[in-house]
Amino acid sequence: MTHTGRFRLWRGDAEGGALTDFDVEVNDGEVVLDVIHRIQATQAPDLAVRWNCKAGKCGSCSAEIDGRPRLMCMTRMSQFAPQDVVTVTPMRTFPVIRDLVTDVSFNYAKAREVPAFTPPADLAPGEYRMAQADVQRSQEFRKCIECFLCQDVCHVVRDHEENKPAFAGPRFLMRIAELELHPLDVADRVPAAQDEHGLGLCNITKCCTDVCPEGIKITDNALIPMKERVADRRYDPVVWLGRTIRRRRG
Amino acid sequence: MTTAARGVAARGVDTPGRAQVPARRLRSDRWWLPPAATAAGLLAFVVYGGVRAFQQQYFFADERYLTPFYSPCVSLGCASEPGAAHFGMFLPDHPLIPYAALSLPFLLGFRLTCYYYRKAYYRSIWIAPAACAVPEPHATYTGETRFPLILQNAHRYFFYVALLVSLVNTYDAIVAFRHPTDGFVVGVGNLVLLVNVALLWLYTVSCHSCRHVMGGRLTHFSKHPVRYWLWTRISALNTRHMLFAWVTLGTLVLTDLYVMLVARGTITDLRLIG
Repeated sequence: MTHTGRFRLWRGDAEGGALTDFDVEVNDGEVVLDVIHRIQATQAPDLAVRWNCKAGKCGSCSAEIDGRPRLMCMTRMSQFAPQDVVTVTPMRTFPVIRDLVTDVSFNYAKAREVPAFTPPADLAPGEYRMAQADVQRSQEFRKCIECFLCQDVCHVVRDHEENKPAFAGPRFLMRIAELELHPLDVADRVPAAQDEHGLGLCNITKCCTDVCPEGIKITDNALIPMKERVADRRYDPVVWLGRTIRRRRG
Repeated sequence: MTTAARGVAARGVDTPGRAQVPARRLRSDRWWLPPAATAAGLLAFVVYGGVRAFQQQYFFADERYLTPFYSPCVSLGCASEPGAAHFGMFLPDHPLIPYAALSLPFLLGFRLTCYYYRKAYYRSIWIAPAACAVPEPHATYTGETRFPLILQNAHRYFFYVALLVSLVNTYDAIVAFRHPTDGFVVGVGNLVLLVNVALLWLYTVSCHSCRHVMGGRLTHFSKHPVRYWLWTRISALNTRHMLFAWVTLGTLVLTDLYVMLVARGTITDLRLIG
């Protein structure tokens, strides 16, 4: 079945822009990115859109569809009624470059602020051995495709530009959790998570988890465990005493 | 309409450099419904709980059913219902001091600092944000970095007290099987108390702090198989923490209502055994 769908795409750049209407052919089985490509091929050849794998694995085609952060390649057209107007805008937390393409370099800067995996000094590459039970928590976070939808939806930076210098965002707090929970990482990441990466700004409203296309439980499995580890260090005298006496890591 | 035309300071999604979309929010679904329903549910519980906690009447029924809102009954006022005070009476009998003043503040603190309820009231009451990708109205935001919200970090201590209160509630549910004159009896009220306390346990042990304390704080699960096993079980329950949070609000109210109605003589407790 084919029908004519109505799309409203934001077109413009950092200087300004507007929503532009398109009537376009929509076929069964298509996703939003297919329709965007058809608009690009038939009506707006200069439409800027970032994409790559069309399989929900590269994290390139992040945008906001009807106001909700989504991957365009993973949003099926069948979820819309034929008469619906589908509105697509670029991610609204990052500076726009043109049309649906944003400058996500904020995320790369935040990535560089997280110290790399730090194995024990006496352990050479190739000698890493770890039990599956120990490493499986970190493995969940390795599913991240860095689409930055969690960064886009997080109100800490979405609604408060001034927080960007102090807040790494859910993706990179999750990266810190991945390393902190890793059995062979010996760096002490808890104080920096709170002081340098802004964990305390997170109020666990779970939008990052809601939008994650990989289904990673960012809040429950990364952010809250990190908050609890901060509480161990900063706000729990009993744990502090235990650590001081025994001086060992779990 | 541009930012300037809307008369809104250029902040949030209107920050210069970001795509200047004509509306701050483009969600067309009923995003307002979950926070509105959450606010209504929380408000209803707070009103009901507040009224009942200070009512100081109809808290003990059939000489054995003690409502969880009055457990442990440690006020001198509990003497009005012989058998209600299982742990002694020492708090002054004052209209502004609930009979269970020993437990209620901690249970309130446990729920207030609960990671699920924080999400619930940050979204529905504080509108920070009301829903995902819906702009919040606040000009500034400091999250949980400052007083008073930094106190949310005390959640684990409320959890420890909540464990003790759950033990007290369990004791209440067990001793309710013994009638002072009829001996061992089972009534509908017993089943109500048992279901309520079972669900309270599920809510309490599915807490994120419990998950952390039991094993989450470890980095090497393989060295602590028992704690790892506990962590896996609590993690499974933890995925339903929101469900238990709401179900227990409902069962607390229903349990209290049942005890109150039996105590007032509005309904009669059906005896199943004895």
